Amino acid sequence: MQVELLEIRQHMAQFPPFEQLSDDLLDELAGQVEVGYFQAETDIYRHGDAVEYLHYIRSGAIDLYRRNGDLYNRLSEGDIFGQFDLLRDRRVRFPARAIEDTLIYFIPLAAFQHLCEADDNFADFVEVERPRLESTVDQQRKGHEMLVTRVRKLASRAPVMVESDATVQEAAQRMGEHSASSVLVLAAPQTPDDSHAFTHEDGQLRRMVGILTDHDLRNRVLAEGRPASTTVGELIDERPITIQSDESVYEAMLRMLRNNIHHLPVLYRRRPVGVLHLSDIVRYETNSSLYLVDNIFRQPNVEGLAAMKSDVRAAFVRMVNEDDNSQMVSSSLSSIGRAFTRRLLELAEEELGPPPVPYCFMALGSMARNEQSIVTDQDNALVLDDSFDPEQHDAYFLTLAQRVSDGLAACGYSYCKGDVMATNSRWRQPLHVWQQYFRDWIDDPSPERLLHSSIFFDLDSVYGDEAFVESLQDLVAGRASQRPRFLAAMARNALNRTPPLGFFRTFVMEKDGEQNNTINLKRRGTAPLIDLIRVHALACGSRAQNSFDRLEDINKTRLLAGHSGERIRYALEFIAMVRIRHQVIDIQEEREPDNNIEPENVSDNERHNLKDAFQVLSNAQKFLKFRYPMPSQKR
Amino acid sequence: MARREQARDTALEGYFDVGVPTPETPIGDVPMLAMDMETTGLDEQRHAIVSIGVVPFDLQRIRLAERRYWVVRPPRPLNERSITFHHITHSEIEQAPDLDDVLDELLAVMAGRIVVVHYRHIERTFLNAAVKARRGEGIHFPVIDTMSLEARLHRQSWWARLRRWLGRPPASIRLPDSRTRYGLPPYQAHHALIDALATAELLQAQIAHRYSPETPLREVWS
Repeated sequence: MQVELLEIRQHMAQFPPFEQLSDDLLDELAGQVEVGYFQAETDIYRHGDAVEYLHYIRSGAIDLYRRNGDLYNRLSEGDIFGQFDLLRDRRVRFPARAIEDTLIYFIPLAAFQHLCEADDNFADFVEVERPRLESTVDQQRKGHEMLVTRVRKLASRAPVMVESDATVQEAAQRMGEHSASSVLVLAAPQTPDDSHAFTHEDGQLRRMVGILTDHDLRNRVLAEGRPASTTVGELIDERPITIQSDESVYEAMLRMLRNNIHHLPVLYRRRPVGVLHLSDIVRYETNSSLYLVDNIFRQPNVEGLAAMKSDVRAAFVRMVNEDDNSQMVSSSLSSIGRAFTRRLLELAEEELGPPPVPYCFMALGSMARNEQSIVTDQDNALVLDDSFDPEQHDAYFLTLAQRVSDGLAACGYSYCKGDVMATNSRWRQPLHVWQQYFRDWIDDPSPERLLHSSIFFDLDSVYGDEAFVESLQDLVAGRASQRPRFLAAMARNALNRTPPLGFFRTFVMEKDGEQNNTINLKRRGTAPLIDLIRVHALACGSRAQNSFDRLEDINKTRLLAGHSGERIRYALEFIAMVRIRHQVIDIQEEREPDNNIEPENVSDNERHNLKDAFQVLSNAQKFLKFRYPMPSQKR
Repeated sequence: MARREQARDTALEGYFDVGVPTPETPIGDVPMLAMDMETTGLDEQRHAIVSIGVVPFDLQRIRLAERRYWVVRPPRPLNERSITFHHITHSEIEQAPDLDDVLDELLAVMAGRIVVVHYRHIERTFLNAAVKARRGEGIHFPVIDTMSLEARLHRQSWWARLRRWLGRPPASIRLPDSRTRYGLPPYQAHHALIDALATAELLQAQIAHRYSPETPLREVWS
């Protein structure tokens, strides 16, 4: 290594995307850098200037501007800019201005192109169609267990096998003996050098020719009236779909879904070593939370439920450490939350007797979206049958609501500060009243009226007569998209919480230039993203409650241009994951988890990605404002 | 004029052939060469050059790709005990060529460029003495001295005199301290090439803060 370049390469090696480069590439790069100094308050680039370099900020800070003069981004030591211009038309899109005395390393175009070719990570990082946020989320997904776990781990039981001339009765008996839901079918190889042949335990050459499942026994034998003496060979399809034992569980799942099959023979080269069933995968995926949910339903009283609080936290930490993505973690937590709620209702009904009229216990907010976190409060309501008579019945439902609410609080789901709980008589009403509530919100909206009502637009049933909540979901999905004023009011409220402008080593930069040393990732990140997704979902008549499901519905329409739906998904996933990871750190360091993170606890890579995610949010908010303008009042 | 005719050495002839920019040339148009040397001491008669680092640059860009760096063997043997060099081992020096072997290359990169140094009395004096010893004639060339530009501001201005009169210590005009005043990052390495780079960056900063690209060369050279 060349000593004279140490100063340059050591600095660059601290920052993405250079931190991942090989030593050779870094040396080569350091030797090609050009250096330039810019005094504070001077222009570095004007709009439309030619760009022939990637720029690396060695010291100082710069602002990038939009053409209208708005601040686009603020960058500091270790940040890069100009990569998108280089990949596009090599013209400056966002003029740059030094706000401190700044030293810039100019990386010539040829060196930049060489890096893109020589290093995939570098290319992913700078590529315009795949901003680093997306590639990071993809990498996380790649790292996810389902993708790295080999099929052999789940299909450990030796397969049950029969010869193809065996009768279906014999096959059924073998299946019964081994309590297996399928048998693999073997036959002699067609030719001595059959490429599918393997040596069986008895030394004979065999090939696997198919699989017979209990599904086949029912549909193809019993239902079609075939005799028990039918040979297995007559029933099976030759050339079964199989999977190699070292392939990923994820691949196995895809293959099952694509071919609409539930059993997948697992081969080690040509030898069958097991059969994977779809339920094996499901069980594996939800292992920890299923166990917990099962346990919740066994608890005899509120005290037993409350004692499980620490189990929930432990399961949460385990899920995150196993690299689950945010959707899996939060939907598991939501299942746990629902289980608590249901068990509390069961216990209350046991004590209070059956309800006097049918009801549905309704979840609102994050539980309804299946997006609960470990830090959450309870938002719920009761939808009662229209035969409800307050004089006669309300005492029962008030007590029921109190039991659930107090029980949830004991289990760690704190009371709702906005009093959106079934204990509030306003939110304990028969269906027709609820329908009127929603019609009023939608038909006669104003941002102020809707400020505290947006939570009701994430609604789902938890327990009881689901039809009540479904009818409300139908009402919302059918009506909201037809009411521009409602959408405009919801959009207005979705802009109340904005992301910070930048994210630095020790502070968060606000749009007004103020610096904070902590940031609430829920309030400034996930919540505004969820809000804007909700508005689009309402506009396209989606009945989905989960934000990712909603995005899928939105992406089927033309509401969002190009890739912006995907970008929003990545941004939400990334911010949610950072939030979750920091909550795990809180728990592991025996602090009460919260939604705040301090920039100094954020890794360089996380920080850069967060910046990108906030940028996505900021752009999406601007679009929202433009897409749902307030219609003029005159008709 | 005369110097070109006087030069009998072909490399020196080539150097003088290209000439230097006129005193009225705006600094923004001047090609420059930042230079730093490591020597065995401060007296050009008794001490010798050990390494030379140069980086071509102008007010826009410092071109590291065109950097040159040489370790050279002093004609007099080193006093082993008293001299230590950063990043250079004694065996490296012993195996290094004599300055004479790299002089042609050095003169070629200097041609047409104004040399920029921090403290001109080392580089110019040592190079002149070394060239004279080897080629029989000296080389005298104009330089921009970033230290003397700092001194003008911090030692000779009325403000500096006022500070002195008030008994305040004068501002340091050493390279690292001067750089700090312009927001330039600290460099750890003591290495002729890194110091040349540091000097080039300092001049860009000085011109940006105190002068302008239109400033004629004569105002800043010496």
